Amino acid sequence: MSVAPADVAKIASLARIKLSQAEIDAMVPELNGILAWVDQLGEVDVTGIEPMTAVIPNTLRLRADVVGADPLTGGDVRDKVLANAPAAEHGFFGVPKVIE
Amino acid sequence: MTDLTNLGIAAIRDGVAKGDFTAVEVATAFNAAVAEANPALNAFIVTTPDHALAAAATVDAARAAGQSLGAMAGVPIGMKDLFATQGVQTTAASHILEGFVPHYESTVSQRLWNAGAGMLGKLNLDQFAMGSSNETSAFGNVISPWRAAGDTAARAPGGSSGGSSAAVSARIVAAATGTDTGGSIRQPAAFTGISGIKPTYGRCSRWGVVAFASSLDQAGPMARDVTDCAIMLEAMAGFDPKDATSLDLPVPAWSSALSDNLQGLKVGIPREYRLDGMDPDVAKSWDDGIAWLSDAGAEVVDISLPHTKYALPTYYIIAPAEASSNLARYDGVRYGLRDLPDGAGLQDMYAATRAAGFGAEVKRRIMIGTYVLSAGFYDAYYTQAQKVRTLIARDFEQAFQRVDVILTPTAPTSAFVLGQKSADPLEMYLNDVFSVPASLAGLPAMSVPAGLDRSGLPLGLHLIGRPFDEQGVLNAGLAIERRAGFAARPEKWW
Amino acid sequence: MSSYRIQGATGEWEVVIGLEVHAQISTQAKLFSGAATAFGAEPNTQVSLVDAAMPGMLPVPNAECIRQAVRTGLAINAVINPWSRFDRKNYFYADLPQGYQISQLYHPLVGEGAIEIVADDKKPDETKVIGVERIHVEQDAGKLMHDQHPTMSYVDLNRSGVALMEIVSRPDMTSPAEAGAYLTKLRTILRYVGSCDGNMDQGSMRADVNVSVRRAGEPLGTRTETKNVNSVRFVMATIEYEANRQVDVLEAGGKIVQETRLFDPDTGTTRSMRSKEDAHDYRYFPDPDLLPLVLDAAFIEECRASLPELPDAKRLRYATELGLSAYNAGVLTADAETARWFERLVTKSAALQGKSESDVARAASNWLTSELFGALNKLGKALLDSPVTPDAGAELLALVGDGTISGSIAKQVLEKMLDTGDAPGAIVEREGLKQTSDTGAIEAAVDAVLATNADKVDQYRGGKDALFGFFVGQTMKAMQGKGNPGLVNQVLKAKLG
Repeated sequence: MSVAPADVAKIASLARIKLSQAEIDAMVPELNGILAWVDQLGEVDVTGIEPMTAVIPNTLRLRADVVGADPLTGGDVRDKVLANAPAAEHGFFGVPKVIE
Repeated sequence: MTDLTNLGIAAIRDGVAKGDFTAVEVATAFNAAVAEANPALNAFIVTTPDHALAAAATVDAARAAGQSLGAMAGVPIGMKDLFATQGVQTTAASHILEGFVPHYESTVSQRLWNAGAGMLGKLNLDQFAMGSSNETSAFGNVISPWRAAGDTAARAPGGSSGGSSAAVSARIVAAATGTDTGGSIRQPAAFTGISGIKPTYGRCSRWGVVAFASSLDQAGPMARDVTDCAIMLEAMAGFDPKDATSLDLPVPAWSSALSDNLQGLKVGIPREYRLDGMDPDVAKSWDDGIAWLSDAGAEVVDISLPHTKYALPTYYIIAPAEASSNLARYDGVRYGLRDLPDGAGLQDMYAATRAAGFGAEVKRRIMIGTYVLSAGFYDAYYTQAQKVRTLIARDFEQAFQRVDVILTPTAPTSAFVLGQKSADPLEMYLNDVFSVPASLAGLPAMSVPAGLDRSGLPLGLHLIGRPFDEQGVLNAGLAIERRAGFAARPEKWW
Repeated sequence: MSSYRIQGATGEWEVVIGLEVHAQISTQAKLFSGAATAFGAEPNTQVSLVDAAMPGMLPVPNAECIRQAVRTGLAINAVINPWSRFDRKNYFYADLPQGYQISQLYHPLVGEGAIEIVADDKKPDETKVIGVERIHVEQDAGKLMHDQHPTMSYVDLNRSGVALMEIVSRPDMTSPAEAGAYLTKLRTILRYVGSCDGNMDQGSMRADVNVSVRRAGEPLGTRTETKNVNSVRFVMATIEYEANRQVDVLEAGGKIVQETRLFDPDTGTTRSMRSKEDAHDYRYFPDPDLLPLVLDAAFIEECRASLPELPDAKRLRYATELGLSAYNAGVLTADAETARWFERLVTKSAALQGKSESDVARAASNWLTSELFGALNKLGKALLDSPVTPDAGAELLALVGDGTISGSIAKQVLEKMLDTGDAPGAIVEREGLKQTSDTGAIEAAVDAVLATNADKVDQYRGGKDALFGFFVGQTMKAMQGKGNPGLVNQVLKAKLG
């Protein structure tokens, strides 16, 4: 499969990466080169093969319903949560106003 | 007194314990070496001499008080800047995280500090660990301490753990952490004549490690020899309830069980790895490796891993797909860079921030990952790749019914000149052709130095083991190490 | 069963409705982190580093969330999938710190189930089965506040990562009443099971309402999805508005756009949501941070064994074993607390009166649904806040049962109980409300009434039978209501000959 500039623009929009037209045009052959290369996977016969779900056979471990059992993954750390925020006010993160 | 920076983990730990020198003396020596070398090598994004000294002072005090010392007591190491370190900037070598100071410590780094290690600084890497040459860092290229004979051209230290490999091989750190997604520990280790092991997926906690591709990422040690790798891996590994993919298994005493006697072991040589037009020096070092393992008592067996040629394309679907999602959190809202053009709305802010914050290779991989997951392409790319991944893992499973460990070259070439491969992403990706299959199967794998090529640059040999059999990999590595007698060091030019 | 139709200018239209209900799972901690889930905390105080999606943070699932979702599935007779997975739903929004929501698309925890509804309370025997396609477990998003700052929206992540069950119905509903009944019934089940508190005003339960219209017999029309509607009434209003809007659009020759809409409770209308207009390409894929969730049979059986008697079973039992009217059985099983209150009332009444539960249940249900509910209604109180306990109610019913007080005195006593919280026996004693069965006193009172109303006695004897009630009333009045009504009747009959 291959992509055209419009596809690249759409992917960039989905990925929220602003690209100039020049960047889009430059990326088209790069992505097409990579896609043409990965397309060879299509030739592998995968009849009856399940997609890999766990690289080392293992199932999901669950944790107990306890608040702050490990302080590293518990709440009540607002200062730490907000410390690196580009805009934080009154205990909130600030973002450009959103109209819903 | 000998230069303390000549010492590795075991020698420093034992010397500190015996009182031959203090941990503070060791830290001071390494701090000085870092200060001297870093302007030339650019191996560190930030240095943390105070951290190294403080950890050392704690060790010295503990020793003076007669307390028992940890397995890494007094050992100053470099920390790949993919591990979150509390109070110390953590960037993943990306502009988008520049200035980010975590309020938490990654599980692996915490375990190392608990074992008595100290931090010399945060090591440079390919941005978000995406790259094989360390040319994608937002903080400049790392320059390998190695140069080809009669040539001063700057060479790649490998990637993504290029700051780690450069620092270990330049002997400005006793050892360093690395992370490996498709070869990011092993390929740079091979390029710089050091040892590095990627353990079984799930051995080292991923908690607090900036994610690239969750199903592949594994941390591991990069050190001067196999013994140091074993000691350091013991300190790094272990069950972590904060990581749902962490293996709930005890950590074996790898270092004390090391043995280069391979009697009764079978070593597999996969025929698919012998590529057309293989570099003759690489082919020769592989043959040397076969002879050394045979000499150590192992039986050499030809094996087939039929889906090998599909490993790289599989990897370049799965890793970017996971990355495109893992990197969505870098959006300028809670931390890191925010680029807010005049009058921009929320979605414009995201697009501007991510355009300004991510480097070209990161953008490229996010784009590929977004594309292969998008409506209409998901099954053709992502599902197909996960099925092929099952087949690749099955190849190994079948091989390991016949052999105990697999030997291959680590990388198809020795270290290349910076800039030589950066124009063509595909050519760069091919660097990982030997290392990626083991990553896709979650297997323990290590690179050990084998010798120098015709231009005097190091080559590595690559050992792949059964799941959980780090011991088998380390022992085979030790057998090669003892027989290769690799003693070359980069000549100091910095 | 429903004959709900929209009368358009060009004819009749049917409405097809499906609901995706998001129910907050009742747990202490979040789905993938140890932060608390309590309602109404200060902004961003219930946020862990995991919920804020700090670099390198990883999710570890909360066992209780899985358990409650499985119990909920079992309560609607759904298939429990022993192998399920979490997937990532990728999109960018300020309330979604990870840039993806961890949800379940490809392999949900709970498969096909069903919920039986009664769309019209007045016709409790007319039931309809609404299919449930699936229940999956997912993370809630944070909250944006738009009115606190002139140029910024504020982000509070307290809800971010709270566990939700998404309960997806089949498009089996055809009227606002059915949708209302489905949502009410679902809430009842969740509260019985204890997997969700059902507090819609606190956002613990909300519905995405999918509505389309078509002419009878035609294939399904294009649907719209109105997000996050947070009351039964609003869900019904959304359907009413949306169905009519769609008919208007179609009859004017327009087309329905498949889109996300928002309900405005102030105007009762819906409007298109600009912020969600974005391309709906969520790029779902299995979350590589989480392994497959495998449930063993013992775990599922433990979940099944822990389920209480569910509303349908209870309603049936009330009707068949306790002899309640279908209406009372429906009302008393509508929520778990009411049923628990009623069952205590019955047990205690049977004990106090030395009778079987089935002998006292009917009277108890009538008293509860008419007397106590009526009185509480006037006070604006719910049963749970009632000053009258089930034990006190049983005591009151026992006083009526053994003839200590009459039914009408019981009403007075109930009012005083609600007023003071005192026990009925004490009130009857204190106020001297005991029923008189003393024939002498009754005869004296009857004599006095007949003497003062000699003219009416003549009329009665002359054939005006209807006056008998008058004499009863006068006698009871003279005795301040305390006369034993049966004896008063007897004595009057005898004296009037």
